[in-house]
Amino acid sequence: MIEVQNLSKHFVMRKGFLARDTKVLKAVDGVSFAIPNGRTFGLVGESGCGKSTTGRTLIKLYEPTGGRIVYDGVDITAFSGPQMAPYRKRMQIIFQDPYASLDPRMTVGEIIGEPFKVHAIYSGKERVERIRELVELVGLKRQHIDRYPHEFSGGQRQRIGIARALAVEPEFIVCDEPISALDVSIQAQIINQLEELQEKFGLTYLFISHDLSMVRHISHEVGVMYLGNLVERAPVDELYMNMLHPYTRALLSAAPIADPDAAAAKKRIVLQGDVPSPLNPPSGCPFRTRCPVAKERCAEEKPRLREMAGGHLVACHFAHQA
Amino acid sequence: MRLLDVKGLRTSFEIDAGKVQAVRGISFHVDRGESLGIVGESGSGKSVSMLSVMRLLPENAKVEAESILFDGKELRRKSRKYIRRLHGNEIGMVFQDPMTSLNPLLTIGDQVMEPIRLHTNKSKAEARREAIRLLEMVEIPGAESRLKQHPHEFSGGMRQRVMIAIAMSCNPKLLIADEPTTALDVTIQAQILDLMTSLKRDLDRSIILITHNLGVVASMCSRVTVMYGGTIVEEGTTREIFYRPEHPYTLGLLRSIPDTAGKKKLVPIPGSPPDLIAPPPGCPFAPRCEAAMRICALRRPEETALSDSHRTSCWLLHELAAGRRRRP
Repeated sequence: MIEVQNLSKHFVMRKGFLARDTKVLKAVDGVSFAIPNGRTFGLVGESGCGKSTTGRTLIKLYEPTGGRIVYDGVDITAFSGPQMAPYRKRMQIIFQDPYASLDPRMTVGEIIGEPFKVHAIYSGKERVERIRELVELVGLKRQHIDRYPHEFSGGQRQRIGIARALAVEPEFIVCDEPISALDVSIQAQIINQLEELQEKFGLTYLFISHDLSMVRHISHEVGVMYLGNLVERAPVDELYMNMLHPYTRALLSAAPIADPDAAAAKKRIVLQGDVPSPLNPPSGCPFRTRCPVAKERCAEEKPRLREMAGGHLVACHFAHQA
Repeated sequence: MRLLDVKGLRTSFEIDAGKVQAVRGISFHVDRGESLGIVGESGSGKSVSMLSVMRLLPENAKVEAESILFDGKELRRKSRKYIRRLHGNEIGMVFQDPMTSLNPLLTIGDQVMEPIRLHTNKSKAEARREAIRLLEMVEIPGAESRLKQHPHEFSGGMRQRVMIAIAMSCNPKLLIADEPTTALDVTIQAQILDLMTSLKRDLDRSIILITHNLGVVASMCSRVTVMYGGTIVEEGTTREIFYRPEHPYTLGLLRSIPDTAGKKKLVPIPGSPPDLIAPPPGCPFAPRCEAAMRICALRRPEETALSDSHRTSCWLLHELAAGRRRRP
C-alpha cells in the first residue's frame, strides 16, 4: 500500500538581476490519495496540471516540499541515500517518450541489465539468464538483446522500458503517459501487457494519462487534477457515471468518443479560456476562472476535498447542487 | 459535386537507404460542403498525400497522378506558381503544431494580414479591418489589441485559432487540417473542433481532416478514408466505417480502443506497420492480419464496392473467399 498525504512540490523560479526576483510555482499543492496493493490508480488532467510531478515526487525523483509519503506503513518522506535504497528497488517508473528514455549507445541487454549493476544483484551467468527472461516476458525475442534502441519501433522501445522497470522485481510502478507517443494499434498492445504483468506479479500502478477512455479501462480508482490540486477522486465507475466536480464534467464531456451516434448525442460542455498560469493561480478555487457555476464564495475560500459518498471525494463548494 | 478529385496518386522519396514509397496509388475525393476524415497511423501516407496535392514536399519527392481535379481544373499540369496562388486563396491549410507554424518574429497582425495582402488588392487599412474580423470569427477575445502581439504571447489553443484565421482569410473553398488538435489538451481540442464545425456549417466549406484519433473523426466527419502502408484500405460514410467495417485493419483499429464503459478487453493488432522502402508485394496489412490467406502476401487486393459510398480492398471479399469473413 502506498499513500500520500497532503503532498506538495513547489519549484522556485529565479528571475531578474542576480536572481533577486523569485516566484514559487506550486506544481503539486496538497494532494492526498492511497493505492492498495495490486490496484491501479489513474491520474488524469491536462498538461501542466501537476500529474507527472505528483508521480515523480511520489517515488522521490523529486524531493517533496511538504506532506508525507507512506510506503507499506513506513514514512519515507525524509529518507535519502542508503535509507532510501531498498525502496528505490521496490518502486520503478516507465516514461512517456520511448525515444528519449533509452540510451542510444547501450544495447537492449545493457539497458535492461543496468538496474542489476546499480542494485548489485545477479552477476555473470545468472544476470544473462535473467535478462533473457525479462526480454521474453515483455514479448521481445532473445536475438534482440544485442541490438541498439534505434533498431526498434516505438512500441518495442516501450517494451524495453517496461523490461528495465521490471528488472529489480518492483511492487509499484509509476506509468507516466506510457502510451501517449504510440500509434493506436500499438497502444492496446502495451496496455494489455501492463494488465497481464499486474495479474502475474500483483503489481501496483499509478497510471498517469490524459487519455480518459484508456484510464477508465485500466484503473480501479481515478483522481482528477487541475492546477496542482486534486479536484475529484472516486472509484472508476462512480467517477465516470456520477461526476461531481464541474471540471471533471467538462473534461469528460470534451473527450472525443469513437462512436458516431454517441458522439452526435453527447452534449459537450465547452470551457471558456485557458488554464491560468501556475505561477499566478487564482485565489480560492483554482478552477473558478473557467467554472460555469462559480460564485463569490469560490474566490474567497479554497474548497477542501470532502467525501460525498462512499469513497467519492470532491473539492467544490457547490458539488451537491451542480 | 466534387470539389477535389484525386486519382492514382503515387509519391516516393529518394533517400540514402533507397526509395520510400510513401503513397502507393490512391484515389479519393471531397464533395462540396463535406467533411472527409483521413485516418491512419504514423507513416501510413495520410499527410504526404495531402502535401503531394499541394506540392509542398521537398525536392527529393516524386509525385505522380492520373489526375488531380480541383474545382474542375486539372492541377497536374499547372505551374508551381499557380498552385502557390491556390494555396491560401482557394485552399487553406492548418498544421499540427501551432508552436512552430507561426513566425516568432512577426506580430500576429502581420501574419494574418499577409495572405490578404498577397491574394487580394485590399489596402493596408482594409486588410487590418479584415484581420480583426477574422480573429473575432475564430473567437479570440480582444482581437484588435492582440494584433500587435507576437506568437509567444498566445497559448497553444489561441495559436491554433490564429492558424485557422489565416487559413480562412481568403475564404477558401477547401480547408485541409492536418492533426489540428493533436498538440492540444482535450478541453482546448473541444473548442477548436467546435469552431471548425461551426465554420463549416455557417460558411458551407469543405474540410479534409487528417488524424489518427478515431474519436475526433466520429464527431467531426461525414465520410472516412482509412489508410495503411501508403494505400487506402477502406472508405465509407462515418457510420459505415464505425458500424460496418469490412477491412481487417479497420476492425483491428476499432477493437484496440476501449469502448465507452471501458470494460471490453482490448484486442491489439500484433506486429508493426510495414517498411515502405521494401513494401510487401501483396496487401500491406497481410503480415499483421490474422485472416490472411496465401494470395494476400502475393498480390494487392482489388477494390470491392459494398455500397455507393463504401469500398474496401481485401481478398476476403473475393467470391472464392466467401465464408472466411469475420463479422465484427
